[in-house]
Amino acid sequence: MNIATQDGSRAPSRLSRLVTRHGRIAPALLFLAVFFVLPVSMLFGLSFLDSDGTLTLEHYQRLWDKPVYMKVLGITLKTAAWTTALCILGGYPIAYLLATVAKTTRARLTILVLMPFWTSFLVRTFAWIVLLGRKGAVNTFLLDIGVIEQPIKMIFNFTGVMIGMSHALMPLAVLTMLSVMEGIDANLSKAGSTMGARGGQTFWRVYFPLSVPGIAAGGMLVFITSLGFFITPALLGGARDSMIVQTIIFQIKEILNWGFAGAIGVLLMVAVLIIFFVYDKLLGLSTLSGGEAKRATSLSKNPIGYVGAQVGGMFTRGMGTLFEWIGLAIERIFPRRADKRHADSGRIAIWAVGLLMMAFLALPALFIIPVSFTESGFLGWPPQGFSLKWYQALADTPVWANAALRSFTVAILASSLGMLLGVPAAFMLARSSFSGKGAVFAFLVSPIIIPNIFIAVGLFFLYAKIGLVGTTIGLILGHTVLAIPYVVITVLAVVKGYDQNLDMAAFTLGANRKQTLLRVTLPMIRSGMIAAFMFAFIISFDELTIALFVTGGEVTTLPKQMWDDALLRVSPALAAVATLLLLFMSAFILVSEIIKRRAAKRS
Amino acid sequence: MSGENIKLKIRSLRKTYGSVVALDSADIDLRDGEFLTLLGPSGSGKSTLLWAVAGLNDPDSGQIWIDGREATHLPPFQREIGMVFQNYALFPHMTIGQNIGFPLEMRKMNRIDREKAVMRVLDMVKLGHVAARYPQELSGGQQQRIALARAFVYEPSIILMDEPLGALDKKLRDHLQLEIKHLHEQLGVTIMYVTHDQEEAMVMSDRICLMNNARVEQIGTPEDLYFRPSTVFAADFLGESNLVDGVIREANGNGSSVEIGGAGLTRALPNPNLGVGERVKLMTRPEAIDVLGTGESRPNEVSGTLREVIVGGGATKLFVELQGGATMRVTQLTRGAAERLSPGAELRLGWEQHAAVVLKHAELESEL
Ligand SMILES: Nc1ncnc2c1ncn2[C@@H]1O[C@H](COP(=O)(O)OP(=O)(O)OP(=O)(O)O)[C@@H](O)[C@H]1O
Ligand SMILES: [Mg+2]
Repeated sequence: MNIATQDGSRAPSRLSRLVTRHGRIAPALLFLAVFFVLPVSMLFGLSFLDSDGTLTLEHYQRLWDKPVYMKVLGITLKTAAWTTALCILGGYPIAYLLATVAKTTRARLTILVLMPFWTSFLVRTFAWIVLLGRKGAVNTFLLDIGVIEQPIKMIFNFTGVMIGMSHALMPLAVLTMLSVMEGIDANLSKAGSTMGARGGQTFWRVYFPLSVPGIAAGGMLVFITSLGFFITPALLGGARDSMIVQTIIFQIKEILNWGFAGAIGVLLMVAVLIIFFVYDKLLGLSTLSGGEAKRATSLSKNPIGYVGAQVGGMFTRGMGTLFEWIGLAIERIFPRRADKRHADSGRIAIWAVGLLMMAFLALPALFIIPVSFTESGFLGWPPQGFSLKWYQALADTPVWANAALRSFTVAILASSLGMLLGVPAAFMLARSSFSGKGAVFAFLVSPIIIPNIFIAVGLFFLYAKIGLVGTTIGLILGHTVLAIPYVVITVLAVVKGYDQNLDMAAFTLGANRKQTLLRVTLPMIRSGMIAAFMFAFIISFDELTIALFVTGGEVTTLPKQMWDDALLRVSPALAAVATLLLLFMSAFILVSEIIKRRAAKRS
Repeated sequence: MSGENIKLKIRSLRKTYGSVVALDSADIDLRDGEFLTLLGPSGSGKSTLLWAVAGLNDPDSGQIWIDGREATHLPPFQREIGMVFQNYALFPHMTIGQNIGFPLEMRKMNRIDREKAVMRVLDMVKLGHVAARYPQELSGGQQQRIALARAFVYEPSIILMDEPLGALDKKLRDHLQLEIKHLHEQLGVTIMYVTHDQEEAMVMSDRICLMNNARVEQIGTPEDLYFRPSTVFAADFLGESNLVDGVIREANGNGSSVEIGGAGLTRALPNPNLGVGERVKLMTRPEAIDVLGTGESRPNEVSGTLREVIVGGGATKLFVELQGGATMRVTQLTRGAAERLSPGAELRLGWEQHAAVVLKHAELESEL
């Protein structure tokens, strides 16, 4: 505006150039600056202020003095480390199986991994309560067949946390590893075997090293995500399994000590950053093996990387030899005959393990369905009789219907807003080149890397200042922050795959920019856009952390209402809600998968 | 051909994928030191056959014998074969030295011998200086040579190559064709090679196995296939050919007489499978047909009208319509404009008896 008044003649052109240059990306950046950067920095800033607003380190002093917080950090790191190990160990066979079957089979099996990935964390956690509780399905079964005399304690302790968390995060590990494994040329293993390497040797010496970058990336994602977990430890863990986010929630909800909560947050953030740093140094591990020549040569300069490469090489050689011996021993016992076909025992084993792990991912959620029809007032197994009374109870209490309606509205509006801001930004990222593009992309997707709790608490603080706490609009804005990264990533992938010559063709045929966009570009990438929208919708519909802080009183969402109820008691009524949610989400996910597949086929 | 020097024996080999028959009743003998090329259109089963020999797919029925031992269902690592893939399949996480050393390591050769052997083959492919590099740091042609070195280093009894030059440009391909041929002659290895480039097959092979529709169509020397194709498909696939409808009027050990509709009786090479009265295709190569000047004569002569002349660099193609309607192509060396014939001219064409082959009519064949 200033420019316009000072220099009326040149302003319009400069302004319009500015708008065309930054107009598509600025709204998204601005939005995230206000509803993401600002609140999160405010939260961290608070940790350096005392209650009067003067600069102090007292919160950090307290963190340091009270051993309990370091202990909680220790528990958090331990939980995350174990979860990561379990997710990689259990997920690797699934990813390997998916990467090595025919394309059509892979497409079908992948759904088995995607469904649990997108099913509500809460629903899946309830399912584990049904399965693992004192009177749960597993204990009942084991008692019935007489393997045990007393029920085993499998939840409300570390075991429960481990089962719940590895179940929740294994799909993430699988999908990340799969994306790397899909890029491994199948001929490499075949070449290995023609050169005289037995199955075990080809796997350990050829395939495994090439898959290490996937393991590293998957492990990293799982580790970082588990650091921010609180649902599973709260519902499946015991008092001693509390994680750091629960401490933050406690400080804010119960004690209203913002500064101290901020300090704990900074502690967690520092832990995350250190891990990122170490990962980057250790990336040598993936290189040794990852096959990026440039990195491999630079390894010698980096002592950690060098040692990693040596150890990795020794490990794969050792495993290769070990498996070769096993192979030889099996051949000794069952000699291969040249004149007879035989089943490939290695392949059968991989199918067996892979399917077992997929069953672990896909089946538990189903146990929630029968218990929602129980006549009894408890979540015991097997369900007693058959009744619809819990569904009736839901229908009778308007709070559930209201919550569901609000969740739906919020999800629709948040994902629409996310599309409005994210799509132009994605287009610009895909099609223009400008300096700092990488940084802009990193910034746009950073809300999914930062633990949600920081966004939630920061927004709570910001909203308290501007009167948005407990409002639907506040919730929508918060969810939009989370929706933007998913929209950007999905749309970017689609737009990158789009052949711009089609636009050029339209221009030469006489269409203007707008006509080209509406008649050519958008119809071609429509399916991708729908997928992005559905992605964002699910993220918002299932979101709990932000809802936990910025909602209040009458204004509640479905996950929030479920969480509040679950803290009191996981009842058959909750199972009924979970069943409805499960059915709704499954239908939704199936439809979006089908649309996405169709989009992929076309491009 | 005595029993010992057969390296590879394939008998009635069959492989299906679901309802697709990828390979059917294949019979092949590969002699020691021979260079055999599998040639055929896309999807004809070349790779399927090669992979079955490598043990990379499990055949439904039939047998494979390598060095006199049955290997039909043996896993690849027990076959002592070498294989070169189209995309080279070099291990990206290993240096060139480690790549080439890999098969030796699998054979438990000690480190010092291994390094010596690696250097020896690297020198052989003239890339002694790249041992410490990674595959991505080499050009396509260099990667291809490394892939060859890796297959040669452990002296397998047969080396299989599946379109090893398919990803290279024409010039590099010509160069590497010669290099592979020299390696083959130098080392006396037995090679089974896949390509769908007929020129490549003609240049490199001792024998060519022509494949079509999951079956072996014809096996023979390049010359056999070119001058004495046994089917219409073979005649059509290799080089250019004139295929003219005709009927056999006379047949014995010295030759067949074929009547070309409306253009008279011609003599062709004998074909014991085709008897008098049978409808056939008469096959001739365009470059084996001469345009006869006044006073010239040939054992076989027909006359017709010149319809079109196409000058393509060194060679000129004439399209001649025979009496009775069939068209024959004639290839000549290009001459100056003054000597060139122009459309509409009446011509006499002639060819030797040994330049003409009678083939079973293709439509009838496909009904069988
Ligand atoms: N793994 C497979 N699954 C299903 N069908 C296959 C498979 N491999 C080959 N086929 C089919 O078997 C037939 C023969 O294939 P093959 O790869 O042997 O052909 P090719 O002669 O090597 O062709 P190209 O020149 O294109 O490489 C084809 O119809 C192909 O579609
Ligand atoms: Mg092939």
